[in-house]
Amino acid sequence: MNFTLSEEQEMTRKMVRDFAEGKIQPRAVDIDVKAEFPEDIFKEMGELGLLGIPYPEEYGGSGGDTVTYALAVEEIGRVCGSTGLSYAASVSLGSSPIYQFGTEEQKQEFLIPLAQGKALGSFGLTEPNAGSDAGGTKTTAKTDGDDFIINGEKCFITNASYAKQIIVTAITGKDDRGKNIISAIVVPTDTKGVTITDNYDKMGVRGSNTAEIVLEDVRVPKANLIGDPDAGFKQFLQTLDGGRISIGALGVGIAQASLDRALAYAKERKQFGQSISNFQAIQFKLADMAMEVEMSRNIVLKAAWLKDQGKVFTKEAAMAKLYATETAFRSANQAIQILGGYGYMREYEVERYLRDAKLLEIGEGTSEIQRLVIARQLGC
Amino acid sequence: MNIYVLMKKTFDTEEKIQVSGGAIEQDGAEFIINPYDEYAIEEAINIRDEHGGEVTVVTVGDEDSEQQLRTALAMGADKATLINIEDDVEDGDQYTTSTILATYLKDQEVDLILAGNVAIDQASGQVGPRVADQLDIPYVTTITGITIDGEQVNIEKDVEGDVEKVQTSLPLLVTCQQGLNEPRYPSLPGIMKAKKKPLEELELDDLDLDEDDVEAKTETTDVFLPPEKEAGKVLEGEIDDQVKELVSLLRTEAKVL
Repeated sequence: MNFTLSEEQEMTRKMVRDFAEGKIQPRAVDIDVKAEFPEDIFKEMGELGLLGIPYPEEYGGSGGDTVTYALAVEEIGRVCGSTGLSYAASVSLGSSPIYQFGTEEQKQEFLIPLAQGKALGSFGLTEPNAGSDAGGTKTTAKTDGDDFIINGEKCFITNASYAKQIIVTAITGKDDRGKNIISAIVVPTDTKGVTITDNYDKMGVRGSNTAEIVLEDVRVPKANLIGDPDAGFKQFLQTLDGGRISIGALGVGIAQASLDRALAYAKERKQFGQSISNFQAIQFKLADMAMEVEMSRNIVLKAAWLKDQGKVFTKEAAMAKLYATETAFRSANQAIQILGGYGYMREYEVERYLRDAKLLEIGEGTSEIQRLVIARQLGC
Repeated sequence: MNIYVLMKKTFDTEEKIQVSGGAIEQDGAEFIINPYDEYAIEEAINIRDEHGGEVTVVTVGDEDSEQQLRTALAMGADKATLINIEDDVEDGDQYTTSTILATYLKDQEVDLILAGNVAIDQASGQVGPRVADQLDIPYVTTITGITIDGEQVNIEKDVEGDVEKVQTSLPLLVTCQQGLNEPRYPSLPGIMKAKKKPLEELELDDLDLDEDDVEAKTETTDVFLPPEKEAGKVLEGEIDDQVKELVSLLRTEAKVL
C-alpha cells in the first residue's frame, strides 16, 4: 500500500494547478455568464499535452496514466466546471474508444489530432428517447455497399459544435435472438447531412458546449465503425466506465473548490465579535466537507489506479462517480450556506459550483444508474 | 553555448507562512522554484534554442530540491546539478552559497550564467554578483532584455522603472528581472522526458570544499513576521483640523516626523 504520487504525477498536478489558476480562473465567471466555449484555452491545453495524457507518444499523447489524467481533471474542475467537463468529455469519451477499440488506421486518422489537442472529441450516445436506457437507441446505420447510411437524432452532446468528428452510436443490425446490435461509428462533422445546433440554455457548465445533432442520410465508410461490429454495446459500456472516473475527478475538483472558498470565508467573516470559523455550527460543516472531499479523491484515484493496473474497475468507477459528484453538490450547497447572502451572488462563485455540480449527477450516467451498476456488481 | 542557471528552491510566499522558534516552519510549506529564477530558466532555454548549446540548472540545496530541478528539466533545460549540503552545512548564508557555486562553476566551461534578481524568501540579491566576482567575469543585474551577437551582448537593465542599455561581452553573469519574459508551463511531454535527463548530485567533498571553507559570514539572530496590519483611521471635521491632527498623529503615534 503506497499513497505517494510519482514525481511525474506530482509535477503534472502542480503544472495544471498553476495553469488553471493563472489562465482559467480569471475568466471562470465570464465563461459562465456569457456561456461561451473557451476555444483558446483548449488550444493552450492542447499545446501543454493535456488532451493526450493517457495515450502513448506514438499516437500524439503524453504517455501518462489514468491517475495523472484524473489529477489534471480535478485541477481544471477546481477552477472551472465548464472547462473541466469539455476536457473530460474529449479525452474519455471522444478519444478513448478509438484508442481502446480502433484500428491502426482509425488511430492514425482520428486519435492523433485529438491527443495532440488539434481537434476536440465528442461522443453521441444520448437520444431524445434513449437516456439511461441506452439500449433504446433509435438511430440506424444501414449498409450500402462499402458505406453506412446513418439516420437519427442525438441530444445533449458535449463538444459537438467544436468537434472534428463525433463517435455516434447506431443500430447496425439484429443478433441471433432478434435484439438490436448497437455499434459506435466515427462521423466527421463536415459530412453532408450532419446538422449540429447548440441552442440549449443550461443551468450550469454553461461554457461547455452542448449540442443537438440531426443525422439525415449521412454517408460514412464502413471502415469508420469502431471495434467489434457485434460487441459495440459492450465496448461503449467500457468507455463509460472510464468516463466515470474523470467525471468523479471533476466532482472532487468542485468539492475542493467549495471547501477552499468556504474555509477562507469562515476564517475572515466576523459575527458576534469573532470569526464564524470559531462556531461549531460552521466547523461541523467544514469538517464534513473536508472528510467527503478526501474520501471522494481516494475512491477516484483508486478507480484510476485499478484501470492503470489493468484490473476490473467497473464497480469502483461507479462508486467514484456517484460519491464524488454527490459530494460536489453537497459541498457547493454548504459553501453557499456558509457564505450566506454573498454565496448567493455570482461574483463569489460558489453558486456556480452548485449549478455545475448538478450536471455531474446527471451526465454520463445518473446517480441512480451508478447505484444500479454497483448493485449489479454486487450480484443483484 | 554553455549556459548555466543558478536556481533556488523557496517556499511559496502565497501560502501562509508560520514562524516558530526563530525559524520558518518547513512542514506543510509548499516549495517552488524561486519565481525570478523561472525567468532565468525561460531565458536560458530561449537563448539555447536560438544559438544552440546546452542549459544546465544548478542548485545548492537538499534532497528535496530535486523536484524543482526536475521541473526546470521539464521546462526544457538539458541537465541539472544538485549540490546537496544537507549533511554538511547547518546555517549557510549568501557567502556559503556563492562560494559553493563559484567553486563548482570554476571547473566548467561557462559562456553565460543566468540567475534570478533576488530570491523571494530572503531577497538578498547577492549570490549572483558574488559568484561573478569570484569567477572574475562581468555581471549585470535586473535585466529585462538580452540579445547576443557573437561575443557581444546587448542588455536592457531595469533601473527603478527606467531602462539602462548596457553593452558587454561573454562570458557573463546576469540576474533576471520581471518583464524579461513569460516563463512557460512545463508541458506534459516535457514532464515525461524530465526523468530521463541527467541529474548529477554532488556534495562539498566532490568540490574539494570543507565545511570551514563555506562557513557563514553572518549570523541570523531572529526571524519574525511583520506586525499584523491594523485597521486604518479616518479623520473627520474641518480640513485644517484634520491636517493638524494628521501631523500630530504622525509625530506622536507613528513617530515618522
